[in-house]
Order: sequence, then structure tokens, then C-alpha cells
Amino acid sequence: MTNVSIMTFNILSILPILILSGFGMIVLLVDVLSSRRLGEKNLLAYISLIGIILAAIFARSPAGTTLFSFNESFAIDNYSLFFNFIFLLSTGLTILISHSYIKREEINHGEYYALILFSTIGMMLMAAGADLLNIFIGLEVMSISIYILTGFKRSKLISNEASLKYFLLGAFATGFLLYGISLVYGSTGAINLKQIASFIASKGGISDPVLLMGMGLIIIGLGFKVASVPFHAWVPDVYEGAPTAITAFMSVGPKAAGFAAFLRILITAFGSAHDEWQKIIYILAILTMTTGNVIAIAQTNIKRMLAYSSIAHAGYLLIALVSANDMGVSGTLFYMLAYTFMNIGAFAIVIVLSRKGDEFIQINDYAGLGFKHPLLALAMTLFMFSMAGVPPTAGFVGKFYIFSAAIKSGYIGLAVIGVINSVISVYYYLRITVIMYMKEPTREFAPLTISPLIVAAIAISVIGTLHLGIFPSKVMEIAQQATLMLK
Amino acid sequence: MIHYLPILILFIVAVGFAVTNIGLSAILGRRKPTAEKLSPYECGINPVGSARERFSVKFYLIAMLFVIFDIEVVFLYPWAVAFKSLSLFGFIEMLIFLGILLICYFYIWKRGGLEWD
Repeated sequence: MTNVSIMTFNILSILPILILSGFGMIVLLVDVLSSRRLGEKNLLAYISLIGIILAAIFARSPAGTTLFSFNESFAIDNYSLFFNFIFLLSTGLTILISHSYIKREEINHGEYYALILFSTIGMMLMAAGADLLNIFIGLEVMSISIYILTGFKRSKLISNEASLKYFLLGAFATGFLLYGISLVYGSTGAINLKQIASFIASKGGISDPVLLMGMGLIIIGLGFKVASVPFHAWVPDVYEGAPTAITAFMSVGPKAAGFAAFLRILITAFGSAHDEWQKIIYILAILTMTTGNVIAIAQTNIKRMLAYSSIAHAGYLLIALVSANDMGVSGTLFYMLAYTFMNIGAFAIVIVLSRKGDEFIQINDYAGLGFKHPLLALAMTLFMFSMAGVPPTAGFVGKFYIFSAAIKSGYIGLAVIGVINSVISVYYYLRITVIMYMKEPTREFAPLTISPLIVAAIAISVIGTLHLGIFPSKVMEIAQQATLMLK
Repeated sequence: MIHYLPILILFIVAVGFAVTNIGLSAILGRRKPTAEKLSPYECGINPVGSARERFSVKFYLIAMLFVIFDIEVVFLYPWAVAFKSLSLFGFIEMLIFLGILLICYFYIWKRGGLEWD
């Protein structure tokens, strides 16, 4: 008779994931059971939103402690909860902005919502992953759903191309990550982050070249997911080809998940080998910021511009990673939340203004918007100011925390490069504002079809951007508590 | 490492066997090529068209569905072996797992994934 020990787990810790899985399946079942009429699909959006709200309600843990499950491979603490909140927020906002968009683009299939929910499960697994294998599984669950969502406009060649590119390059990056994990396991004998950390600490740093290579390969794999230069080549094409709502989702959710895993692996597992990876991330940060910002200037398509801007923002977040102090980590958390609001808000406005078949997404099409639709232009201006880092917006406070974290750790040069990059980015963000308010319209604006859900999304983004910009201290406190869990 | 020695020996024997036989037939064998002998064959029948045909995408769908439900059976087997020690907990776990796959099956069925035309 074999003896099997059952892994202990705390049902509370995995409840949000269970809820989202359940709702994902309910969405699929309701979709196949309901009749083919498109009107029925409204229900699916509401079911998904209820699932997200329920998951957010049950995502909690006793403050300041860590709930471990499944042989300590899954950790629910303030850190993963903060990220879970970002994921659920970005998923919720994505569903709000998707609802009218997928109807207009005639891709209104129930699988759309189910895949978004499944992808969120992957992100939550990644943020809670306390061992490398769990992080890898989360990454795959997240990525596979997003590969499909990228190609969701099946009849559009550009969408198919984006999906295929993303899949092939993503599979490659996953290979790098897995190879890195196997090398780390081979040289330390552990996949648990804490055990890796104690192994490195007992050796007094990384001297084993195999372990060093494994760490490097993991950095490559995750660097691809957060779109850092030089692993960014897929970003513009994929962001342009994907359905706009999915582009918004991709630029926030997976990026946050990538940084969640990045911080956990580099700080928890390789914390004592800080000197080794700090140089790599230092160079990555400079390359990522500069490339993103400089190329963004030349873009005429707003989706491509936001793609390069998203690369640049990944660069700012890498600065926080380099400084690797408490302020850097909490700054990353804060910045990611701020970025969720301002980026999804900007994409929501792109969706409202564009027409069927992704027409009307050239930056020059926005000329005269300030007179025709003053409220939309005002919201867009706010998001652009926030991304450029103008006070009193969330983007300013986030950048402030990140740059001060760099200075605190002694990377003054890096902070200066960051500030210079912010100044470069002001050019292309404010150009949109200038075009909206100071140019005559070149094309006639079509009557807008604004659904209440997308208005809600824009309103939430505006309130979030302003609230984080004016009253950042409360959220920052929560982020600081979350930071303590990494040690 | 010594435990892997039989594998190395088997490897050398296998490669040596193949090389020896092919080499001997190349050296000793007589060759009188004719057009008939050089043509590709399908088990003795004259070839009909090219082998590089496009398969219907439906085959891939069936293959994927097969893999999904094959994995189900792969998981069922060790569960059945350890059924007694897993007791009620394992039973409920397996019911949940099967339930998820049942939903999957139902979804495929309703979506028309099991229909050929």
C-alpha cells in the first residue's frame, strides 16, 4: 500500500483564484447555453464583473503574516494581495471598456470574457508564487490566454500576425525562463525562493557560474514579459494588432505580474547577490527608458505610441528594481497602480473615438477634439499629463517615489537619466494635447456611441489618477506594508 | 555514473549494429539501378500523388481534444492506485477535477467541436 501525503493548503488563500476559475467556467457555460443573439452577451460582461468583485472581496489575509499553501509554494501576504488588487482592477476596467468595443468589432464571443478571467488567474498565481515552478505555471496560464486574445479578431490579418508573433517570441522567452529555472535548481537544489536565498547566503554570494547563468536567463525571460529593451521587439506590432481593449489589458496586467515575479525572485531569492544583478538591471533600465521614449516621438499611430510609452514606463519601474530598497519596492507597487488607472483610461478614450475596424487611431485624427468633445479631451489631457509626470497626478507621485528611491540607494546618475527621459516623454504626451486643443479638425468626428460601462471606466480612471496624485499617502502606506513581506 | 554504463554500452552496440549492416550492404551488395527500383513506393503500390498534402484542420481539433481527455485518464490511474490512502479527500478532489473536465466536454459538445461537418 502506498502512502500519499496530502499537501496542506488554506482554502482562504486560494479562494479568489477559485472564484475566478468558477466564474470563468460559468461564463463559458452561459455562453454556449444562451441563444446566438448578440444581446445576450451583455449578461456575460456582468457575470465576469460580479466574479471580479467577489474575488476582490475574498482576497484578504491576516495583516502582516503570510499564508503558505501547497508545500510553501504559494504565499498569500500583503505583497501578493496588493498585486491581486491591481490585477483585479485592471481586469475589471478592461471588461468595462471591452463591452461596447467587442460588439462594434463583431468579436462578441463569450470566450473573450472567460479568457480574460483565466489570464487574471495566471497573474494572481505569479504574484503569489513562492517557488520558481509556481511562478512559471502562473506565467503560462496568463500568457496562453493572452496569445489567444491577441488574435481574437480572427478575420483581421494584422491581429493574426500579432498573435503569432507574440506566441512564437513568448514561447522562446518562456524557454529561456525555464532553462534559467533548471540551472538554478541544478546548482542550488531548490526551487523555493527562501531556500535559494539561504543557499546563496550560506555560500556568501554567487560564485557558481551555472547559478549566475540561471539567474541571467530568468532575467531574460521576465524581461521579455515586462517588455524591457532589448527584449521589446514584439511590443509595437503586438500592441497595434491586438484588439484595443486587449492592448490596454496587456500593457497593464501582464506587466504588473512580470514585475511582481521580478521583485519576488530578485529580492527574496537573489537578495544577497544584489551586486550581481544590479548591473544588469541598471543597463536594462537605461536602455528601456531611452529607447521607449525616443522612438515614441516618431509615432503617428496612437496605439503604437502608447506601446512605446509602455516600454518607457517599464524602464522607470526597472529603476525602482535597481535601487532594491524598501522605497523602491513600494514605489513599484504604487507606480503600477497609478499606471493601471492612467493607461487604461487613455486606451478607453482611444476606444471611444475609434471606429469599426480600428479606424481613427492616428494622432492627427484627434485635432479639434477639445472643441467637439471637451470632456473627453479633458480626460485624455489628464491621462497624458499623468503619464508625463506632471503634478498633481498619480504619475508624478509615482515617478517621485521611484526617483527618490534611486537617489536613496546612491544611484544619482540613474535618477538623472530618468528625469531626462521624463522630459523627453513630455514632448509626445503633450503633443496630443496640443493637437486636441490647438489644431483644426482634419476629419469629421463621427457621432460617438458611448456605453455607460465605458463612461464608468473613464470616470474610475480619472478619479483614481487624481486621487493617487493628491492623496497618495494612504495607498503608499499600504504599499509599504506590502514591501515588508518580501524580506 | 557507473549505473549509466549499460546505457552507454547499449548505445554503442545499437550504433555499431546499424553502421556495420549498412556498411556491409554498401560494400558487398550489387547495384543495378533501374527506373522502377529507384521510384518511391507505398507498400508495393504505385504512388498516387504527393505525400505533402494539407490536412483538414479538423484533425488537429480532434487531436487536441484527445490530449485533453487523455491527460484525464493519466491522472486517474495514480489516483486509483492510491485511492485508499487518499480517502474521502482524494475522492472529492477527483470529483472536482472530473467536474471541470465535464464542463470542458459539455462546452466542446455544445460548441460543435465534435461534429465533423
